[in-house]
This record gives sequence, C-alpha cells and structure tokens, in this order.
Amino acid sequence: MPLITNTAQILLKKTFLSDEKNIPLSEKSSFQLSCPMPKFDFDVITMGHGSGGLLTHRLLQSGVFDVLKNELLDQQHDGASFELTGRTAFSADSYVISPIFFPGGNIGELAVNGTVNDLSMCGAAPKYLSLSFIIEEGFTMEAFWQVLTGVKAAVQKSGVMIVTGDTKVVEKGKGDQIFINTSGIGIIHPKAQIHHNRISAGDQIILSGNLAQHGIAIMSKRQGLEFETDIVSDTNNLNHTIQLLIDALGENVKFLRDPTRGGLASVLNELAEMRKLGFVIDQQLIPMNDQVEGACEMLGLDPLYVANEGLFVAIVAKEVAAKAIEILQKDENGINARIIGEVTETHPGKVMMKSRIGGHRVVGYLTGEQLPRIC
Amino acid sequence: MKFLSEYRDPELVKEYVEELHRITTKPWTLMEICGGQTHSLVKNGILDMLPDKITMVHGPGCPVCVTSVSVIDEAVYLAEQPNVILCSFGDMLRVPGSKKSLLEAKAEGADIRILYSPLEAVELAKQNPGKEVVFFAVGFETTAPANALSVVQAAHQKVNNYSILASHVLVPPAMEAILSDKQNTIDAFLAAGHVCTIMGMEEYYPVAEKYQIPIVVTGFEPVDLLQGIVMAVRQLEKGEYKVENQYARSVQREGNRMAQETIHKVFEVSDRVWRGIGSIPQSGYEVNDAYRNYNARLKFTIDIPFAEENKDCISGDIMKGLKKPKQCPNFGTRCKPEHPLGAPMVSSEGACAAYYQYSSNTIEENIPF
Repeated sequence: MPLITNTAQILLKKTFLSDEKNIPLSEKSSFQLSCPMPKFDFDVITMGHGSGGLLTHRLLQSGVFDVLKNELLDQQHDGASFELTGRTAFSADSYVISPIFFPGGNIGELAVNGTVNDLSMCGAAPKYLSLSFIIEEGFTMEAFWQVLTGVKAAVQKSGVMIVTGDTKVVEKGKGDQIFINTSGIGIIHPKAQIHHNRISAGDQIILSGNLAQHGIAIMSKRQGLEFETDIVSDTNNLNHTIQLLIDALGENVKFLRDPTRGGLASVLNELAEMRKLGFVIDQQLIPMNDQVEGACEMLGLDPLYVANEGLFVAIVAKEVAAKAIEILQKDENGINARIIGEVTETHPGKVMMKSRIGGHRVVGYLTGEQLPRIC
Repeated sequence: MKFLSEYRDPELVKEYVEELHRITTKPWTLMEICGGQTHSLVKNGILDMLPDKITMVHGPGCPVCVTSVSVIDEAVYLAEQPNVILCSFGDMLRVPGSKKSLLEAKAEGADIRILYSPLEAVELAKQNPGKEVVFFAVGFETTAPANALSVVQAAHQKVNNYSILASHVLVPPAMEAILSDKQNTIDAFLAAGHVCTIMGMEEYYPVAEKYQIPIVVTGFEPVDLLQGIVMAVRQLEKGEYKVENQYARSVQREGNRMAQETIHKVFEVSDRVWRGIGSIPQSGYEVNDAYRNYNARLKFTIDIPFAEENKDCISGDIMKGLKKPKQCPNFGTRCKPEHPLGAPMVSSEGACAAYYQYSSNTIEENIPF
C-alpha cells in the first residue's frame, strides 16, 4: 500500500489551509513534493473540457489520469474490469459542499474518504472507487489541481484505487464551482456481521472521537462567518481502523455508522426508530473539543446535529466495549473514543440524553437545515 | 469554557434545587421572559427538577415567535422584488407568512442570504452596488444596537443601496400587556438577561412597583436559571416585590450606554403588532425620520393586504402564559416543526418547538447512568 510520507501530508494540509489564493502554485513548495501542476495551455475550465473532444482529452491525459495512475485506470476504457471474491459492499455519495477548501481538507479528500468510510461502515475493506466531476465553467485549473491533489492524498492514505470516472462541465451559474460523485466497492470482512437487527438492549454506544469538528470547521470559513479558530475538519479514512476493530471483536461489533450530515442525533434516531429500542446517551461522556463547543454556543448550533467526517458510532456488545475502547484509543482515529451511552428496553423508539446537570431530555430528529439563531 | 462550565455544575444545580424545595411553601407561577431561557429550561431537563408547587410559564421573548404574519409577508414581498437581496438571521426563514415562508421564497429563486450580523449586509451592499440590499431587522432590544449601527455605518460610508425592514419589539411593554390581562396568573418574572445587558434595569422598577411583582434579571445557564427562580421564590414567600439582578456578570443597572445611544440615534419607539397578542402601544422600534432613507418601508412601496393570523394556532395564549404548548389540540399532530401552524413551533427558542424537541412523557421511567 503506497503511503504518502508524513511530511508530505502535513505540507499538503498546510497548502489546503492556505488563504494565499493568488500565489502561483509553482511557488507553493509543498506541491512540488507530491504533485506539481503540469503546464496547461488553459487557466480555467470551459465548456469544451466536458465536450468529450480534444480539451477533455488533454485535461484527462495530463491531469487526472497522471495523478491517479494505476493499472486499472490506465486501461482508459469505458469501465474497469477486475476480479472480486467474497461478500461485496457497494456505496455511492455526492459532494456539493461550500466552501470547497476548508481547514483540514478539501472536497477532493472528502469525496474519497466519504465513500471509503461508507464502505467501511458495512464492514468492508474498500477496494475500487469511481470518481465523477461536475465542474462549473470558469473553475480555475489551479483550484481543480488542488482538489485532485486532495483526491490523490486520500486515495493513497486509504489504499483504494480510482478505476473509472467521468468529467462534465456545466454553464456558469448552473453549478457551484465543483461537485463530485464517488461510488465504491469493497470486500466485506469475513468476520463482519453488521446489521441494525443485531442491536439489542444492553449494547454499548461508542463514539470514536470528538464530535462536530467537521461541521464547525466548514462553518468557520463560510462567507460572512469567518471567525478565528484552529478547528480543522476531522475528514479521514476510517477503513484501517474498522478492519482492526472487526479483526479483534468480530460479530460483537453489531453496527457501525458515520454520523455525517444530520450528525449523531440523526444516526441514533434512525436506529431507535428501526429497532424500537431506547438509545440513552450521557452528555458528560460525549468527547468534544473546547473550541468546537465554544463555537457551537456562539453560533447557536447543537453539536448533536452538526456534521462529522472522520468519526463513527459503533454499537458493540457490552462485554467487548472496554476492549473496543482500548483498541480504538491506540489508533489515529480513536484517540478520544468513549462509551457515550447504551441501548435500553425503556424509551422504545426514542433517543434520550442525560444532561450535564442530571436532567433528561429527548433528542429528536433535526427538522430541515439547522439554522443559526438570532440571539 | 470559562463562564459557562461553572454555570453547568451538577453539584451547584443540586444545591439550588434542594434550596428551592426547602423554601417553597405555596404554589407560585413564574414566567421566564426570554425564549433562550425556555430553551435552556427544557433542554437541560430543569422543569422536571422543580418542586410541584412551582409552575414555569413561557413568555413572549422569542423574536421569531412574536413577529407578525404581515411583517413576514413584507419581507417575502421585498425578497421577491427584482434586484433585491434580502438578508436575514437564520431562524426567521422558516416562519410561515400568510402565503409562504422566506425559505419557500428562496427555493423559488428569491435572493435571500442568511447572515449573522447586519454589518455583513452593509458589506454586501458595497459589493453589489447595482442591487438593493435589505436587512430584516428583527429582535428585541438585544439585536437593536447592531441593527442601528449598520444604518449608522451605511450612512457614514454613503452606502445608499442599503436599508432595513425593522420589526423590533420591546420587553417592558409586553410585560405590562401580560400583567394587565384579566386572566393573568403570573406571580413573578425572570427578566431576560441579555435584553437587560443592553437596556439596564431602570425600566423594570416602575413595573415591579405598579404590579407588585418580583422581577429577577436572570441568565441562561442551568445554575443561572435555578438561582433566578430561588431569588424570585424567596421574594414571593416573604411577600416582597423587588427588582433583583441574578445575571450580574453581564448586567449593570444602567445597561450599555453606548449601545443605547446607537439605538436612539436610529430608532424611535412605535406601536407594534405582536403575533398572537395583537397591537401593543409603544412596544417596538421603527427607523426614525433622520435615517428615513434607510427605512425599507419608505424606500419601497410594499403593496400587500394585511394578513390575519392562523386561527388554529394558540400562540397568543402560550406567550401570555395562559396555556402550555401541550394543551394545544394541534401540538405534535397538525403542528410540528416540519409543518408549523405558528411561529412558536418554528424557532428553536419557541416554547412549542422546545417542548416538541426535548420533552417526553416517558421521562420519569428508569434511566441508566
């Protein structure tokens, strides 16, 4: 598995964090390490780049194919052909975020990690991904290159291959810079038995790390909302972590889900509703970074509904919960992992939270978009 | 999280709850004015900790909830004008107007932006000199200084394509309206800490005196609220009616003078229609004559009929403290956050939404941990 060096990764992260949009890429030394942008005879993407003609060919030849090089993609056929054995998981997701560059990552990394993580939550080791771009006319090559570099970094770190894809360009105003769709295939771990039907009363609810990092990192850079913070997105691939967990605990890992859009509250509500069991969590036990908590207070957002990326909820049998925490806390994605609650016979269909001060309340579904409060 | 975690200390909460149980001998009804306080009471599960003799009723202090249907219609009308960018605080977007909400107008193509500060709207106006930028200036005395400041700054910087649709409401007249209602049952008020941070406490002394009612200026964290309730109940048990300040870390008796000056520079006191309550004299702010060029109501001809409230929504009774959300026949059935009949089900600070989101009939069951 090709792993990008730590230094290169850090430098890449730094570049994504950079606000110096006007500095030519050639002067951003960090890019030289992994992915120098080739010379193109165009600075922006135009309708022609999605036409299937010469411009598309040039863009793909000297851009996408080079960066994401692997033996399957190199076939440059209409689709990828490969052998698969074992139970297989298949997942797809679209990425339409704004801003596309945010502290800790960009839409490219997110698009790879998102599908890698969805497959991981099925108990699968992700193998092959498709990657499709819908680009708004006028998007700069420099920005596109940054996105592509994000894709590459995430692909290398998670050890998956991009094997097929598509590029379309839409007229100015008919998109928002760039949308990405990825889908992926993975082989399910032979010991994995992940299904909500397997959840029963007494099971423990584990959260793998700090809540609400990604959503708040994005919010901190939204137009008109810029506030000074060191909060970075938690976007990361979870596949290696999940494989470790299933290797050790097998079928005792009953359910996995990454609480992306809708946050932790939505995941638990879906489960409570499907299983007709109670999901009781303790606010005091939910790991959160102080800055994120402060930002949520300031913005009037409930962290339970804020999006996460490199985070997962695991429902595990009570007898292995301590072991799960021990394994997770040794992993890069689980340093702050905690047991945050348990599944109960009481409160069927409901998510309850014990507040810090010892009161109890229902945690409902999010209605529509979480909107900032007046005061 | 200094200044927050201390006020969420479970031990302190326990002490105040015990104190409250010790001192309460008679039934008392207290109204917390501010929607933020309602939200915190329900979200933290405080209502279940109070002695049975204490009843909390939820006041009118949710700006989203009291903004009348007609004003929402005005905002929708402006947003739908070609060349207008309407800017608003986030939680106004879902409030139903007589025909549609701002969120629906946005989906139909109106240029509506969610902002955190009206000063951003002035910036937006500078960046879009060919457009008219209107800020939907909603809120109590809390948001008035920033909204006023945006007008002062726009005038100072000669930004002529900026205006505000003012729908400000004031707390003391609403308290008086509630107290003068024949059905009123309120024994004491927890006044809104952040409104008093701006306006100070002076306005409340005559109210406490006239209606012989204790008023405790109170904050928003669990310890704040419980301390405020204890202070009010102590007064009630002794037969006193004073204005006290629980939220002294933020509120000074004279308030924030600079903020008040900014308000008075731009706004004048006017009558205002409150959703569910009706017109209350001298209960709002409107842009004054000196700044009339920044008053969206004068800049545009807003030609819409006056809209009636939805009769199925009992928000008036709820905001006057006459009814609890769960006493509404439509609560949780025809009226839910995803299809609200009235504003209290919309805002996270609305009493109905707070009850819907956070409270459960099964709460008394045995809970682990």
